[in-house]
Amino acid sequence: MIGRSVARRRRAAGMAVLAAIMLGGGTARAQDADLVRRGAYLEQAADCEVCHTKPGGVPFAGGRAFDLPGIGTVYAPNITPDMETGIGRYSDAQFDSAVRRGVGPGWRHLYPVMPYASYARMTAEDVRAIHAYLASLRPVHAPTPANQVRFPYNIRLAMIGWNLLYRPSGPLADEPGRSAAWNRGRYLVEAAGHCGECHTPRTMMQALSVTKSYAGSVVDGWLAYNISSDVDSGIGAWGDAQLSAYLSTGHADGRGTAVGPMADVVSHSLRYLTPEDIAAMVTYLRGLPARRSDETTALVTPAALRQAAPSQSNGGRLFASACAGCHLTDGQGRQVDHAAIWGARSLGETDGRNLVRTMVEGATLQTAQGTMSMPAFGPEYRNQDLADIANYAIGHFGNRVGHVTAGDVAAARAGVPPS
Amino acid sequence: MEIGRIALSRRHALAGAGGLLLAAMLPRGPARAGTRIVEDQTGPFAPNAFVRIAPDDGITLILPNVEMGQGIYTGEAMLIAEELDVGLEQIQIEAAPPDDAYVTKLIGIQATGGSTSTIATWTSLREAGAVARTLLVRAAADRWQVDPASCQTEAGMVRHVPTGRTLSYGELAVEAAALPLPAGPVALRDPSTFRLIGHAQHRLDGPAKVDGTAVFGIDIQQPGMKIGTVAACPVMGGVLLHVDDSAARRVPGVRDVLTIGNAVCVVGDHYWAARKGLEALTITWDEGVNATVSTGTVYNQLHEALQGPAVVAHAKGDAKGAIARAAIRVEAVYQQPLLAHATMEPINCTIHVTPERCDIWVGTQVPMRARDSAAEVTGLPKEKVFLHNQYIGGGFGRRLEHEYVTQAAQFARQVSYPLKIIWSREEDLTLDRYRPAYVDRLVGGLDAHGNLVALSHRIVGPAVVARWAPEALLPNGVDDDLLLAAVETPYAIPAMFLDYARREAPGVVTAWWRGVGGTRGVFVIESFIDELAAAAKADPVAFRRRMTGDHPRARAVLDLAAEKAEWGSKLPPGGGRGVALQYVFGSYLATVMEVEMSDGGTVLVRRAVVAADCGRVVNPDQVVAQIEGGLIFGLSAALFNEVTLENGRVREKNFNTYRVLRMNESPAIEVHLIDSAEDPGGIGETGTAAAAAAAANAMAATGRRYRRLPLTGTQA
Amino acid sequence: MLTLQVNGAAHQVDVPDDMPLLWVLRDVLGLPGTKFGCGIGECGACTVHVDGRAVRACSLPVVLVGDRPVTTIEGLADDQVATEVSKAWLEIDVVQCGYCQPGQIMAAVALLKSNLHPSDDEVDQAMAGNICRCGTYRRIRAAIRNVAGAV
Ligand code: FES
Ligand code: FES
Repeated sequence: MIGRSVARRRRAAGMAVLAAIMLGGGTARAQDADLVRRGAYLEQAADCEVCHTKPGGVPFAGGRAFDLPGIGTVYAPNITPDMETGIGRYSDAQFDSAVRRGVGPGWRHLYPVMPYASYARMTAEDVRAIHAYLASLRPVHAPTPANQVRFPYNIRLAMIGWNLLYRPSGPLADEPGRSAAWNRGRYLVEAAGHCGECHTPRTMMQALSVTKSYAGSVVDGWLAYNISSDVDSGIGAWGDAQLSAYLSTGHADGRGTAVGPMADVVSHSLRYLTPEDIAAMVTYLRGLPARRSDETTALVTPAALRQAAPSQSNGGRLFASACAGCHLTDGQGRQVDHAAIWGARSLGETDGRNLVRTMVEGATLQTAQGTMSMPAFGPEYRNQDLADIANYAIGHFGNRVGHVTAGDVAAARAGVPPS
Repeated sequence: MEIGRIALSRRHALAGAGGLLLAAMLPRGPARAGTRIVEDQTGPFAPNAFVRIAPDDGITLILPNVEMGQGIYTGEAMLIAEELDVGLEQIQIEAAPPDDAYVTKLIGIQATGGSTSTIATWTSLREAGAVARTLLVRAAADRWQVDPASCQTEAGMVRHVPTGRTLSYGELAVEAAALPLPAGPVALRDPSTFRLIGHAQHRLDGPAKVDGTAVFGIDIQQPGMKIGTVAACPVMGGVLLHVDDSAARRVPGVRDVLTIGNAVCVVGDHYWAARKGLEALTITWDEGVNATVSTGTVYNQLHEALQGPAVVAHAKGDAKGAIARAAIRVEAVYQQPLLAHATMEPINCTIHVTPERCDIWVGTQVPMRARDSAAEVTGLPKEKVFLHNQYIGGGFGRRLEHEYVTQAAQFARQVSYPLKIIWSREEDLTLDRYRPAYVDRLVGGLDAHGNLVALSHRIVGPAVVARWAPEALLPNGVDDDLLLAAVETPYAIPAMFLDYARREAPGVVTAWWRGVGGTRGVFVIESFIDELAAAAKADPVAFRRRMTGDHPRARAVLDLAAEKAEWGSKLPPGGGRGVALQYVFGSYLATVMEVEMSDGGTVLVRRAVVAADCGRVVNPDQVVAQIEGGLIFGLSAALFNEVTLENGRVREKNFNTYRVLRMNESPAIEVHLIDSAEDPGGIGETGTAAAAAAAANAMAATGRRYRRLPLTGTQA
Repeated sequence: MLTLQVNGAAHQVDVPDDMPLLWVLRDVLGLPGTKFGCGIGECGACTVHVDGRAVRACSLPVVLVGDRPVTTIEGLADDQVATEVSKAWLEIDVVQCGYCQPGQIMAAVALLKSNLHPSDDEVDQAMAGNICRCGTYRRIRAAIRNVAGAV
């Protein structure tokens, strides 16, 4: 369904461009068309759609809920050019202020769930291009539900102080001593891609930690992994090819497949980036300072896994029946590479956080070859069954002792509708 | 030999009356072997609806029941071939078309279900073969001008014994076709001379199912055919308000978007286009009154009906008084969930409607009903609707329904091409017609010696028969399918009181499911017998044995199963052993099951030993296969399955959420058949009926009694 | 336009890249021996061989097949292991409704080609992904064991 919305959007963008060219005909219009086209690409890089689309909803029409623990629920607004419920009346300056300063028209301060602290580092021209692109979309009338936020966070002005303290001041200027690729990569990672928003832990004040940048963080119950250059706990040991494959396709052999929020990022954003931009991101990520965290990956090769005798444990049996149809017991993936799980970080985590989430929610990843999906497992697999599968997988593929409990599974299941 | 409406309890109550009562109540009479359906007297020779012999030696047997795994094509062919005196390798087989000639006595319509096939055709198909052979012999005798008594038959030939002359059946077909049917009954072979019956024969459908050439309904190909897939309102009773198909029509390969009152069908060049098109639809439903139904609603109303009024279904002696006076009183309430069929082959139907005729290629357990419904939808007369029944990739009662044929006809009449409709697995599971949920309360009284003196039993649940064959609902409103296993038990029970509170399930349509009343009944009765044994501090086998009274066949299977399973021997830690004894579908079964329970609550069924007396056996190895398969089918449900509803929608959508037993979870199964000269009993559903009770009793032996199915579900 | 190698012959097909191989086989190439059971990789009814390995055709986008040879149940006729498997299947009458059986046989042949003498546990492990609603598991296991004994 998401794949469809993306395809629809691409078409819509293309048609808007075409219409602009046909109607206007002049150079100015052609420039507009260029701007829209550039904005479309930048929107992908900045990944606006995922947050501004509610599950099953019209792309960009907003309504997606974000539960902020201790704060309340905020809803992503409609950013289609609808006059009443969207951003149809925004000027470029108003749009820019919202995106880069977190201040909407009428001094309405946004909550930092909108990554304006990162977007602040984008250039004004790029933000204008995104605005042009969004303005070319079909307006959708969709009022955004009212936020339900507790005191004192309901006082939006309180955000002013936060902004003064934590918002980076402005766009990133190229560092002259660095390569063009590094600078481009930094722009994509730090500004548009806002990678740190998930991968960097937050301080008490909900600001991104400077000392632990990219050392991994728990977001919405998922572990966003350490992507610093640390060899054990980060991506220091990944090959360039693995890293770019992971970013552009969501999968790298020996590193597993993106699931959860990262699968969304690949599906809607990263897979559309040019190979040059992906390479630039790889260059920049490689140079991030190494930060140790307690996650580590365990690389057990398929050859070694093949030697393992069939497991007669409950987890081993269930893996053979419910999982091996796609993953195979040597983890190589049966029909598609995306099902290859050997080396996946989720299997090295002994608490199985992401693994359990994936089992109870399933996973969907859009790729150039179609949708890769894993079904979710329902209550006919008891909590203990899923815990057993997780511990088996962690032991078998990660060579670790997993300590996933039925309680962990129950917690992950709470609120997750079975599909 | 799967599911179906059958008044077997009544049949046996009538001591061999053979469903006469049912047949009298239902609209159609039983098939008669003497019905000649091809009147052409120049051949082929077709003395009845089941045999056709062409002059070119082709011998075709037309089999009244549809093959859905139960081996009935082989078994029924054996019955005819035995008397016709042909080898199984000499024949072709054909599925019966919709026709009165193939009505299943015991069910009263043309249907395959209720484990009735062999019971119903045991005599009639042998007669069909014997009539044909008699005429062929007479034709040969006429040609040779000899006494028919001096002729014998063998492997498709008639031989004049004194001279050694022979003629093949094909050579005699034209003359035989011109002869009048025998006036009186024809003689049947003495069972001691059976060549086929009772001797294991390989399945006739084996080779095609092994090399992949067997054609199931879903495999039909027709020139110009297109493929559709359907989304019906996910809430039962809801209707289609609006569909935006603009995006769907842009999907490459999508040809049409068709609508009917409660469903949309996207048609494409191939299933993938149709599927993608379907996903691209934006559909608005009016979900109607069931949009708030949840599983809780279903169970609550069943439990409520344990109190309050009910209809007396069976009473023998003064059960209530006896229980009041009993030394020990035992009471238990059991709950069973809604279940889906989840046949391996998803629902499908290929149909071509033209102004002149309608052709349907489908696997159905009810060919006439399916045909008639297409006739009604298309407005064509029944004679212009041709139903070609196909191999069924698992019936289990699902294809005793024909609503998908009706639906397919509603779509297909909007287009001119042959349309193959395939439901996705998700559609198949969420719009199944479900085995009902039930709640039963049993109260039993034991005397001071631990003997059962009386049983009181209330059944609460829907009456499937009220929808499926309303004329067969008993006058007092009781669906006597529910009484299977409950009234006629393998035990001598001095006093019994059974009443029934009918509660139809909200939000779903309920239907037959493998084992029908037997599956629901054996679980509660045999669980309760076990509880009684525990209360009497008796060994479960010994307790049952001393109650078997005038059921020597029950005693024999119980003893055999206990012996083969080494009842009483020690099991490894965590192990439990349980037994279930049953008499349903005219067959006696004793099942001893061993489970292994882990600390984490995992249940593994390790071994099942079954002893069965199903009367005279047609194809012994297939009886074994049916018991094996039936047990596995029953265990999937007993251990894992529960269809749940939320906001009127079924939540279990595919095999990830509707879990089935896999090879590495399946027990070792041993089946021991008792030699018997009694008339055949049904067998296809007996294993399924045994599974839950035997598993629950084995689990109880490890210390915990489970009264709700599924046994390992989140409910347990 | 893609070129597929199926059962030893090359086929040109004009289908969407993301169309699962299953539907290309069934609806475009007219090879309905490979069955549809679930569409999500959970049942094994659609099992075929790609490059000799058992895969789930329902979850394999056709574009990913490339020029690797595909074998379906229809293409097993001349295969020696497959011939033994068929014989073993018929000898003990494994099939019931038969719908899952092409997938079971493809899985069994792939197993036996990589491991001619699998232990019972290995058989279970290799076959546990193939559902049979008719419950023919015991016989499948026995048939595979018989092939191992026969070859
Ligand atoms: S149809 Fe492919 S695994 Fe079920
Ligand atoms: S034989 Fe019917 S599903 Fe396996």
